[in-house]
Amino acid sequence: MNKYYLGVDLGSTTSKAIIINEKDEIIGRGITNTRANYEVAAEIARLEATFDARFNLLKIKLKNEIEDHPEKLTYIEDLKAVFQYLQFKERLEILHKELKKTVNTSFTDELKEKLSGYVDDIISNIGPGIKNEYLHGHLGEKNQFFRDVIGEKYHAEVEKLDKDFFEPLMLLFDKSITPVENEMVDYNFVELVHESIEILDEKYNGVGRSGDEEKSIHFDVELHLLEGNYQSVSESLKDHIEYIAEMEIHIANMVGTGYGRALLPFPKDSIKSEILCHAFGAHAIFPNTRTVLDIGGQDTKAIQVDSHGLVTSFHMNDRCAAGCGRYLGYVADEFSLSLNELGPLALDAEKEVNICSTCTVFAGAEIRELLNVGEKREDILAGLHRSIVIRAMSLIARSGGVRNEFTFTGGVARNQAVLKYIKDMIYASYGNDITINIDTDSIFMGALGGAMFARRNLRADLPNKKSQNKVKSVN
Amino acid sequence: MSSATKQRAEVNKERSMILQKEMAGKLFKDLSTAKETGKKVVYTFVPGNLSELIHAFDLIPVYPEINALQSGMRKKSGDYIREAEKYGHSEDVCTYVKCDIGMMLKGNIGPTGEKIPDPDLLLLSYTGCFTFLKWFESLEDLYPNVEIAMLHTPYQKDGEITGEMTQYMVKQLKEEVIPKMEKVSGIKYDEDKLKGILENSVKTENLIVDIFDTPKNVPSPIDAYFAGVYYIGPINIGFRGTPEAVNYYQELYKEILERAEKGLGPVTPEGEIEEERFRLVVEGPPNWTSFREFWKLFYDLGAVIVASTYTKVGGVYDMGFRHDPNRPLESLAEYCMNCYTNLNLPQRIDLLEKCITEYHADGFLVNSIKSCNSFSAGQLLMMRTLEEKLEIPVGFIESDLVDPRYFSYANIKNRLESFFQMLEQRKLIIE
Repeated sequence: MNKYYLGVDLGSTTSKAIIINEKDEIIGRGITNTRANYEVAAEIARLEATFDARFNLLKIKLKNEIEDHPEKLTYIEDLKAVFQYLQFKERLEILHKELKKTVNTSFTDELKEKLSGYVDDIISNIGPGIKNEYLHGHLGEKNQFFRDVIGEKYHAEVEKLDKDFFEPLMLLFDKSITPVENEMVDYNFVELVHESIEILDEKYNGVGRSGDEEKSIHFDVELHLLEGNYQSVSESLKDHIEYIAEMEIHIANMVGTGYGRALLPFPKDSIKSEILCHAFGAHAIFPNTRTVLDIGGQDTKAIQVDSHGLVTSFHMNDRCAAGCGRYLGYVADEFSLSLNELGPLALDAEKEVNICSTCTVFAGAEIRELLNVGEKREDILAGLHRSIVIRAMSLIARSGGVRNEFTFTGGVARNQAVLKYIKDMIYASYGNDITINIDTDSIFMGALGGAMFARRNLRADLPNKKSQNKVKSVN
Repeated sequence: MSSATKQRAEVNKERSMILQKEMAGKLFKDLSTAKETGKKVVYTFVPGNLSELIHAFDLIPVYPEINALQSGMRKKSGDYIREAEKYGHSEDVCTYVKCDIGMMLKGNIGPTGEKIPDPDLLLLSYTGCFTFLKWFESLEDLYPNVEIAMLHTPYQKDGEITGEMTQYMVKQLKEEVIPKMEKVSGIKYDEDKLKGILENSVKTENLIVDIFDTPKNVPSPIDAYFAGVYYIGPINIGFRGTPEAVNYYQELYKEILERAEKGLGPVTPEGEIEEERFRLVVEGPPNWTSFREFWKLFYDLGAVIVASTYTKVGGVYDMGFRHDPNRPLESLAEYCMNCYTNLNLPQRIDLLEKCITEYHADGFLVNSIKSCNSFSAGQLLMMRTLEEKLEIPVGFIESDLVDPRYFSYANIKNRLESFFQMLEQRKLIIE
């Protein structure tokens, strides 16, 4: 039986899980927002990673066939999108029940009937749109969390309704979302996959017949590949899908890391510092890395590693949010923008407005003042992004500067404006010949490092075994 | 109960602990009755303290920073600091100062619950810490008619004490400090008496060096930071130069040697450390408000401090300095200039390097104190230099002396855990 290894990184903002195989290759990724219940967050991330692993293992299994028949890959990816939709749908149903329950327990009799009716309308309005976005719009690939997706849709629906009910309906949502988020849903992979196949059948049947003018170009390509062909594609994959759905993914060992690591239901031996894990993960992807910068939701770390990927020193900012991901979240709220919009807007700037505030909360006042004096939103955003990087640069300097290759990890590494300033300032401070690495999996580096530690029994793996009896595990 | 320590059936107080308690008890009793007995009281500081000269004039010393750390350990510093801030001191001021000022504003009740008398003399014998100057300016404000003696201490800019520097200080001792002490005490300066006191100092200093050299043993019989700050207690509350101090350190050394012979590790509040897993050298003062929790973060994981710089604030003896009865005033001057924070950065690095090498440390850790400029300035440079020169893993944590608002247990624990895991991995590879 193949052995797999799990790493879970329970961060302050997001929880990530990575499953690797015996060759350190990533075969499953899972991510969710870290909620009040850490155990649920870790379990959801783990489940997501195992589901993702099944789809990836299917792709690996069919590697040669996919090369000859790319439509098979399209089918698998579509199947995964439907699968994600069904997961979402199940949670949406739970939310629906919870909203009704909250109506009954938290509101006056006068409001109950009206609110209950609105809740039914809202949920039935949201449902089809969500389905469409998963099946045709690649919502599943965007790594957006249930709370964020549903929150946005719910808010939009409430806006359309009687203004007098705005406050109670939003209160209703706030009261209901947390218990829904903290509930562990027992998804049955096999059943969901079967149901997904049926929905896919409908989708392709519908596509074949409708001839809808508004289909995207991307969808036309799929159509071309699968039109009249989907049944044979589906048939040819059926047994493989069954095999993957039923196979046991044997997790031989696991390691937990991140701020919430102590709360993970893992043995103490399997809990590792996120500093070591981030460094180990980043070093695994880029073996020449000597300096790692990780900007997460609530802390920033500058880490120096040796040629083995082991940490030699580190410096952290765990006191001030002004250099962390949450700062961007706060700024996004100030501008009523989504987090994903910040970077691209900042890149459109003509200049960077100097942001002096060293405090996240006070930056809000500074932003409003700058807007009042006529500064452009893009230019202010550019200044804010630069100020984060300036703080990170100071941390890097404190940790000993950039040595050789530099790798940038953490959720903030996805922000293109931050990347721009990181590159500018690293080159300016440490020379143009520094290699800067950023990986698409940057947010998963801690979980990857954890999984890699899980795969290695460090004590047994290392060449010199003299010390094995000396160092006992930390209990 | 941690794995690295074992509980003793009952807390077995060592004789040295009892002796120390008696000494401190007597000192605070003498202070509380000073007005009745007519004894004069001098407020002074630990770094560069002139204990011997104070004894030569039969004065009783009060060390404000000792009172502050005691208040921190007794969880009273938070209130005192708030009181001082109410009085106008900024959030950024040294928290020893604010705690001390706050304690005075609240009636000046010392650690034993007895009142500490007002000062007859403010003796500033180390000016390397600029805060000390300002501290005494504040005290002067609280005690308007108090006598003040100030001894300017030249910084060891080039890493050496020249003859001129010594003469400069001796001149101040003769012209400024001694006349003030004569005036306050009503006692004439007696050099032979001072020489006798200095003879006891030399004995004490030799014993201190021997004690802090016992971490050469593996396992180390002592923790040279968390227990070390207790060991230096008697000299830091003014007993250097007394027969009691000689007796205490003889007893302590004997007890430690017994532990070393039996191969025992350091004693912690939860019993002795069973397995020494990491040996560390620590730079910077400890946090006092959460001292026990702070210590526990180390001994729970079998981390033993084999040398620390904070235990040298009352005198740096590692590099050979001893008081000299044959050159009484000169050696007092040199003692002041040789105080740890008066050493330049290369000297501090050399001293740390010696400790790391001689005591076979696995790692070097800095506890950086927000409000202590004397210690904090240059710490990152020192850390980087040691890391590069000795290829030793380094760690950096931040806390405060006695302001409970600046001790974040979770953040410190997180960093320390990472640091210890880092050490563990390196040990696996190197050993």
